[in-house]
Amino acid sequence: MRAAFNVVQRELLIAMRRKSDILNPLWFLLIVITLFPLALGPEPELLARVAPGVLWVAALLSSLLSLERLFRDDYLDGSLEQLLLSGHPLAALSLAKIVAHWLLTALPLLLLSPLFAVLLGLSMPIFKATFLTLLIGTPVLSLIGGVGVALTVGLRRGGVLLSLLVLPLFIPVLIFATSAIEAASFGLPYAGHLAIMGAIAMLTLCFAPFATASALRVSMS
Amino acid sequence: MWKWLHPYAKPEASFRLAGAFVPWFTALAVLCLSIGTVWGLLFAPSDYQQGDSFRIIYVHVPAAILSMGAYLTMAIAGFIALVWQIKQSEIYVAAVAPIGAGFTFIALLTGAAWGKPMWGTWWVWDARLTSELILLFLYLGVIALYNAFDDKALAGRSASILSLVGVINLPIIHYSVEWWNTLHQGASITKFAKPSIDSAMLWPLLINIVGFGAFLGALSLVRFRTELLKREQRRPWVRQLLLGTGEA
Repeated sequence: MRAAFNVVQRELLIAMRRKSDILNPLWFLLIVITLFPLALGPEPELLARVAPGVLWVAALLSSLLSLERLFRDDYLDGSLEQLLLSGHPLAALSLAKIVAHWLLTALPLLLLSPLFAVLLGLSMPIFKATFLTLLIGTPVLSLIGGVGVALTVGLRRGGVLLSLLVLPLFIPVLIFATSAIEAASFGLPYAGHLAIMGAIAMLTLCFAPFATASALRVSMS
Repeated sequence: MWKWLHPYAKPEASFRLAGAFVPWFTALAVLCLSIGTVWGLLFAPSDYQQGDSFRIIYVHVPAAILSMGAYLTMAIAGFIALVWQIKQSEIYVAAVAPIGAGFTFIALLTGAAWGKPMWGTWWVWDARLTSELILLFLYLGVIALYNAFDDKALAGRSASILSLVGVINLPIIHYSVEWWNTLHQGASITKFAKPSIDSAMLWPLLINIVGFGAFLGALSLVRFRTELLKREQRRPWVRQLLLGTGEA
């Protein structure tokens, strides 16, 4: 427990020293969201119709961008090997790294989401639904992404491969999130969608750290 | 209790065993596929609504069923490889993945060819079509991951982990896609509701399913043997086998 806490603290400290790693994916997200009105046309009705999908696809892509730094730097400088040798349960340590990654990439996204809502012209109830789906859905993205990164960390060009492996696994979250937002836009209750997303989050929370740990063991051997 | 299994952990023994099964599976596949296909394409009665174009089910349905079955066997092999650290199961994962991807592709292709005259379109974002497409993506992920590693021992273990992660996700993906579709559009679903199939049409289909299964078995065993030889190419028994000499 103490070791896991230390890992989180260390990750946050490293990220504070190199802020561009956190900021660049957010810039990317902002630019992607700007591209959609330019490509589709600025009519507010059209934007409101596609906004949830745009926001979620953009969030998926930007989370992919930042995923690689989850283990890559530690792998290159050897500190990942030290974590493996430290004798603490590797699943707990990888969970700690994933939590740190979520704090560094998804939390800023959540904090900035009002800005995106303004850009895409979302009304207050729809924004609330979007925020809730992002809040429940982004941990799943980080957890599944962790498995993917752990599998590809030893490869020289793992970046494209990582997206090929991970994106199909993101599909359920994307579907439930966008349909929750759509239900909200029709004024329907969407607690059921959120509950299923929560169930998916719990399931991945149970399995993903162990899969990540065993993948890391393979990658480091 | 499981002691009789132990000799097969030796690569040489499992190579021989796989070789002994290949002719039986091949014979069964040839027999069933020729009977089922000829019966299905020539002698089964044509459908009162769809005419002769329904006959594509004799290829489409077996390919679709076994594309999922192959993924399941791959995931079971991956589980065995990870839990009991058996090298041959890793090799099976690598051997069956391209075959499964091929079956998935056949199912998608024949489905599209059937969909064009029946629905008037090559592709609809129907729940079943979409989850079959995602299954193809999962297969391609396993194949790509396996080929990305130079060290095939690592590649096999990574592919096993990925196939296990995929098999946990597959039902979730399937149901989410199904639900997503029924939320949006119900029209194309009703096109799937077919009259319960007549036994004259059903028998060739069942025979073809068995035939495709035997075909999958034969093909995966052949690929398994090749992969095993490649992996073990520096071992004495492989040299002995290939050069046909007693010298190692």
